[in-house]
Amino acid sequence: MRHVALPEIATFDAWRDAARGLLGADVPPEDVLWSRGEGEGDLFAEPLPPVQGAPLSVPRGFVDLARMVVWHRDPERFARLYALLWALRRTPRLMDDRGDARIARLSGMAKEVSRGKHKMTAFVRFREIDQPGANRRRFAAWFEPSHYILEPTAPFFTKRFGDMDWSIFTPDLSAHFNGGDLRLAPAVPRPEFGEDATEDLWRTYFRNIFNPARVKIKAMQAEMPKKYWHNLPEAELIPEMIATAHARARAMAEAAPSIPPLRAEAITERLSEARKVAPPVADRDRLTVELQNCRRCPLWENATQAVPGEGPDDARLMIVGEQPGDHEDLAGRPFVGPAGQMFDRVAARVGLDRSEAYVTNAVKHFKFAPRGKRRIHQAPNRGEVQQCRWWLDHERRLLKPDLILAMGASAAESLTGDRRDLMRRRGRVETAEDGTPVLLTVHPSYLLRLPVAERPVAEALFEADLQKAVALLAAA
Amino acid sequence: MKALSLDRKLAILSDAAKYDASCASSGGKRRDSADGKGLGSVTGSGICHAYAPDGRCISLLKILMTNFCIYDCAYCVNRVSSNVERARFCPEEVVTLTMEFYRRNYIEGLFLSSGIIRSPDQTMSDMVRIARMLRKDHHFRGYIHLKTIPDAAPELIEEAGLYADRLSINVELPTDHAVKSYAPEKDPDQIRRAMGDVRLRREAGKERSFTGKRPAKFAPAGQSTQMIVGADGADDRTILKTSTRLYSSYKLKRVYYSAFSPIPDSAAALPLIKPPLMREHRLYQADWLMRFYGFEADEIAGATRGGNLDLEVDPKLAWALANRHNFPVDVNRADRETLLRVPGLGTRSVGRILTTRRHRTLRYDDLRRMGANLKQARPFITLLDWRPRAMTDAVDLRARFAPPPEQLSLF
Repeated sequence: MRHVALPEIATFDAWRDAARGLLGADVPPEDVLWSRGEGEGDLFAEPLPPVQGAPLSVPRGFVDLARMVVWHRDPERFARLYALLWALRRTPRLMDDRGDARIARLSGMAKEVSRGKHKMTAFVRFREIDQPGANRRRFAAWFEPSHYILEPTAPFFTKRFGDMDWSIFTPDLSAHFNGGDLRLAPAVPRPEFGEDATEDLWRTYFRNIFNPARVKIKAMQAEMPKKYWHNLPEAELIPEMIATAHARARAMAEAAPSIPPLRAEAITERLSEARKVAPPVADRDRLTVELQNCRRCPLWENATQAVPGEGPDDARLMIVGEQPGDHEDLAGRPFVGPAGQMFDRVAARVGLDRSEAYVTNAVKHFKFAPRGKRRIHQAPNRGEVQQCRWWLDHERRLLKPDLILAMGASAAESLTGDRRDLMRRRGRVETAEDGTPVLLTVHPSYLLRLPVAERPVAEALFEADLQKAVALLAAA
Repeated sequence: MKALSLDRKLAILSDAAKYDASCASSGGKRRDSADGKGLGSVTGSGICHAYAPDGRCISLLKILMTNFCIYDCAYCVNRVSSNVERARFCPEEVVTLTMEFYRRNYIEGLFLSSGIIRSPDQTMSDMVRIARMLRKDHHFRGYIHLKTIPDAAPELIEEAGLYADRLSINVELPTDHAVKSYAPEKDPDQIRRAMGDVRLRREAGKERSFTGKRPAKFAPAGQSTQMIVGADGADDRTILKTSTRLYSSYKLKRVYYSAFSPIPDSAAALPLIKPPLMREHRLYQADWLMRFYGFEADEIAGATRGGNLDLEVDPKLAWALANRHNFPVDVNRADRETLLRVPGLGTRSVGRILTTRRHRTLRYDDLRRMGANLKQARPFITLLDWRPRAMTDAVDLRARFAPPPEQLSLF
């Protein structure tokens, strides 16, 4: 029988070294007694075998598990870890078996340690203590953790409270952070700290952030178990807060609505006056304002906003796409997403300046189907295109363009009344109802959807269509 | 007016802030003060430093800059027509409270909101100033959540996003109609445009410029929103649809549901009721199913009674009870998506099932050790040594899960 006494500080490293040595010397788990601290000496104890050979390779996950479990309060933890290590030598895949009783038990212990650590980061309460003449402020806390977790949790506090000195005392060990250096020390009797006025402010906050109309005591205690209460300055208020909650909620419900203060009416009045904006005079502006209130089809319900056309009043070219996409819907501007960028790239090659054209869409609201955190574009149906034609006709009457470039089937349908056979009709000039020439082409998003191999040919055809638009404008 | 003490102001302005449900401090860009030159850290997962008897976590110092407000929203304790006591913090007071609470490990950071005073721009710029003081003058590296004001100028929002980990704008109520009738000064379209704007800024903040330089991160912990449940007549189906729309359109981290609760000095327009806490709880469960379990709002709504979630059993169980033709599921063969739909199996136990069954066939006890809730799962699964037989289709299956009917009190 061998006895391994692990130190109270740096316990994990010591356990790892001892386990490596024992495993190297083929010492079976049942021949080892483990303890934390010196404890009772064992008469028959043999010295620990030295660590030999190459570093041991263990399955992924074991080290993470051991790094948690060594801090557990259960006296069997070291032995259980070593027994698992012993078993893993023969069956490394055991580590993945969450149904195995040994793994389940150790995982449970790791979870308890992890929860204990988390609660420590939450429930340590510092008090400021005097430190005459020091250039860093000094704080101290007494905390009673449920496992030996001061050592693995201390780095959290060093990273968080880097610009102040602090000490955390526990019944087991204490940690001291001075001038940027962390030191662990043996336990000391519970020290007394002076009063800290900020605690009163904290209690004021705790009392007032509570809503007496919703009492859920179980939910509170599940997350803030009573064993922590006696070291939490705010917890002493809880019994009284619960006792008076019901009466407070009832008093609120029974109080008749009061008469509003005098100033209220004047403020509300002034606010609604200020909001009454004069209706816009210019036709373009009126169109934009009225478009936002469009309820001609149900697409407005899920969209962020209607996206109006954009471009100079005297534009000679009007470019019509299908509908705003995800980006256009958020930005409120047409053709700012990937399809717009595609268009700009090709347009630049033929010398077509988009800022001189009026850019708009056949349908003004974004139609989509929500899928988790994404919106999947859906093509507008015939009815929606028909309803929205009303706006497109308005725009056309206002701008009187020399040429309209219709991109995609929806634009073709809205302008020529026919969406069929676009691939055959592209590059041709048809006429809108009022006789304006309409040059048909594909929508740039069609190019984006094509397989990469087919893209160059399609892009060249699209470029030729844009070239034609430039030529037609020059000739007009 | 007599000057109020800091303690009194804190009492008034935390009382005024408690109806905002969010107190999350998760997400955020990881940072710390190990260099000794500042205070605070963000670890990625939030910490709840205390719990109030209302069961809500206290993670942040959640306060209003002021509870003076020119708006008249019927559900709000701070509306202009209310007679509650008013107060206003000066920026230095907010900074001091945040820093001193933080140093004592009471909080993860600050959640600052405000009533609208004078104008939206004025209010927003005061809030941004506080965040700037914390970050620039005091080197505060903890968490900051700022409530943004929809009508505020874009450059103010831009600056707010540089200092804050999270921004939020409340949609307030599930339908536009309800917002217009109970919050006449608020514009639902404007609120959504502001959320769209935050999303675009966040995405722009992730793209490298052509020099390869990354711009400053904008609101790294994302944006969230809140809607009040039970004040208007909207049913759960409508609420979940609204949430789906918000998640997909604006990439929100969270939608918070807040059971409408009595407030001091309530408005005549909204009757005071007992807050529908169970309904709120079921909505959160449904929300989780949509975000982590692959459920669509329509599927959950399909298992409701008249558009409202079953209060007695959770929405996943309700869905399974209404779709028994999909069960029992063979735990040893079913794919991840199918396993996630089994009541009693969570994302973690499903993960454990998938890794373990690569090596061997699972039995009933394995699932117990993996942390599955077998009381719920039993009728819906088969294992090497377990068959539910007729239990899956038993007429009284729901009754086994629902709490026993209570006899009505005679008095």
